[in-house]
Amino acid sequence: MATLFDRLFDSHAIADLGGGSWLLAIDRVMLHERTGAAALRALKAAGRPIVNPAHVFAVMDHIVDTRPGRGDQTLMPGGQAFIAETRAAAREAGITLFDVGDPDQGITHVISPELGIVLPGLTLVAPDSHTCTQGAFGALAFGIGSSEAEHALATGTLRVARPRTMRVTISGRLRQGVTAKDLALHIIARHGAGGGAGHAVEYAGPAVTALAMEARMTLCNMATEFGAFTALVAPDETTLAFLEGRRHAPKGDLWQQALACWQGLRSDPSARFDRELAEDAAAVAPMISWGTSPQHSVPLTGHVPTAAEAALPAETHARALAYMGLAPGQPLLGLPIDGAFIGSCTNSRLADLRRAAELLKGRRAAPTVRAMVVPGSQRVKREAEAEGLDRIFRAAGFEWRESGCSMCFFAGGESFGPGERVVSSTNRNFESRQGPNTRTHITSPEVVAASAVAGRIAAPWALG
Amino acid sequence: MPEPFRRLTAPALPFWQDNVDTDIIIPSREMKGTGKTGLAGGLFANRRYADPVARTPDPDFPLNRPEFEHARIWLAGANVGCGSSREHAAWALAEYGFRAVIAPSFNPIFFGNCVRNGIVPVVLPQEVVRRLGSPVTVDLEAMTVRGADGQIHAFALADEARTMLLEGRDPVELTLKHAPAIAAWHAEDRQRRPWAWLPGAVA
Ligand code: SF4
Repeated sequence: MATLFDRLFDSHAIADLGGGSWLLAIDRVMLHERTGAAALRALKAAGRPIVNPAHVFAVMDHIVDTRPGRGDQTLMPGGQAFIAETRAAAREAGITLFDVGDPDQGITHVISPELGIVLPGLTLVAPDSHTCTQGAFGALAFGIGSSEAEHALATGTLRVARPRTMRVTISGRLRQGVTAKDLALHIIARHGAGGGAGHAVEYAGPAVTALAMEARMTLCNMATEFGAFTALVAPDETTLAFLEGRRHAPKGDLWQQALACWQGLRSDPSARFDRELAEDAAAVAPMISWGTSPQHSVPLTGHVPTAAEAALPAETHARALAYMGLAPGQPLLGLPIDGAFIGSCTNSRLADLRRAAELLKGRRAAPTVRAMVVPGSQRVKREAEAEGLDRIFRAAGFEWRESGCSMCFFAGGESFGPGERVVSSTNRNFESRQGPNTRTHITSPEVVAASAVAGRIAAPWALG
Repeated sequence: MPEPFRRLTAPALPFWQDNVDTDIIIPSREMKGTGKTGLAGGLFANRRYADPVARTPDPDFPLNRPEFEHARIWLAGANVGCGSSREHAAWALAEYGFRAVIAPSFNPIFFGNCVRNGIVPVVLPQEVVRRLGSPVTVDLEAMTVRGADGQIHAFALADEARTMLLEGRDPVELTLKHAPAIAAWHAEDRQRRPWAWLPGAVA
């Protein structure tokens, strides 16, 4: 009768703390340079050692420069201190660090699966809201605050208020040209940016099991944009095929034992969820955002909605439109753009880059558009280069970057300009997310590529 | 550790747009140092200042009105604190002097960050939040909120969070009391799931 979430949660519950809170065993902790140094230093100041340094990983992804030939230098004022202090603190703590020049460096949620750090049945936390990405592997992976990260490091546990459970069952198949990103935006647009609040969401159904791991990660990545505690997909053959042989995945006998353990890692057919949603994959269209919340999304062929159409308070709607420089009724297709960004933990994996490159072959970005590709990890970058994708992107006028979060968010250094309209494969279109007063439209990598070529928001199928 | 919280009567800031994300609470560029302090000036920077760099106040933002300048309670909208998990949002609020946020719903990470930094997260229906006025009293012992009109509204909060706020307790210390249970769980887990233990793991 148990759900997948119940199985994961109950198998890690050490003590009932009362009032719905539990002491939960944490199997892996990941840190990044934005907050890693502060957490490690605070622990040291309190005289608290890390319970299990072998299960802790730190990576330079948030602030690190992504311009070619990078070192510790950052465009963000003071960024170098975050890097240097995280490096020093990680070394002292004896944890594994993926440093600036490391061949395995990349965005936390991209490298963790690549290296088999995340595995089905594990609990994994990081002080980053997109840790839910890793739930795609059937792990209980969730974002926490810095103080909680200290707690997890010092005790090997967290005190967690048990969330409710929700299943989103997606029937049918995504249509040709429709991606997991579109599915995520579709669900958030329909049910709201708080639609998953208080719930651990399991994505299930034939449309989900048909997705490759990269696509499952994209879908789970945006669970935080849905307000959810985290997201999950039950592990299956696709999951195992992806993980087998990865560096930190179990080998030999241990792999066999793990497989036996993962057998039952799914929701029972009769399991009861606190909430159930049903979606038809065939009804999902390519999507794009028009406003300043991922919830403000419509089909690519749609128009900017009125407050009533968007079911938004007049004030919120007006503010979003003023910020985006748009008016109700305007079609999204054809809006002139200044920037095109392919990257982030949502859509920067090899499969994403391949699909964008496919469209860019033999084409060029409009001269008015600043276009860039930021691979999610050094491994993605190497693999893409081995296939010649970098040459396609470069020939199309895209910058080809080193891996990291880059302009997915504005850290104080590099950004798109005020008032500039940017199509972006990222997950957040919040005000000033990609730069002070930058106007972000989030969408799939293929729509970013097509729009870069057209110099305006464009459909991949309409490229001449 | 944060000051214990029992009862507070203070001006309440009405800024109740839905989905106020942590970038709005504190923009990334305002997180200049690797520490947890020096953040209050960056609180709500993109809204509070007409020019965030020059720090020219925007007179339309409620925090810049004299009656809310010393606000210690924030009346917020649904899904408050969504977006980035940055604890800087709670640190900046606490440093400015905020000790409670009252909203129809919270992002779960922000909720936890509030509790860990001595800020009481109170969930009340939107109609109630918008009618509270100022000043507001948050009574964590009685588990009630009293609006400016004297009306009293009960709220709920998990025991764990309530105790932590009431006593200003360090959760790590509380957890370390379970050290024997944690060690026992680890020992059993090594037998049960040897594959989950990486080489070099000690516990
Ligand atoms: S890529 Fe963007 S969303 Fe993902 S972890 Fe980095 S900053 Fe956050």
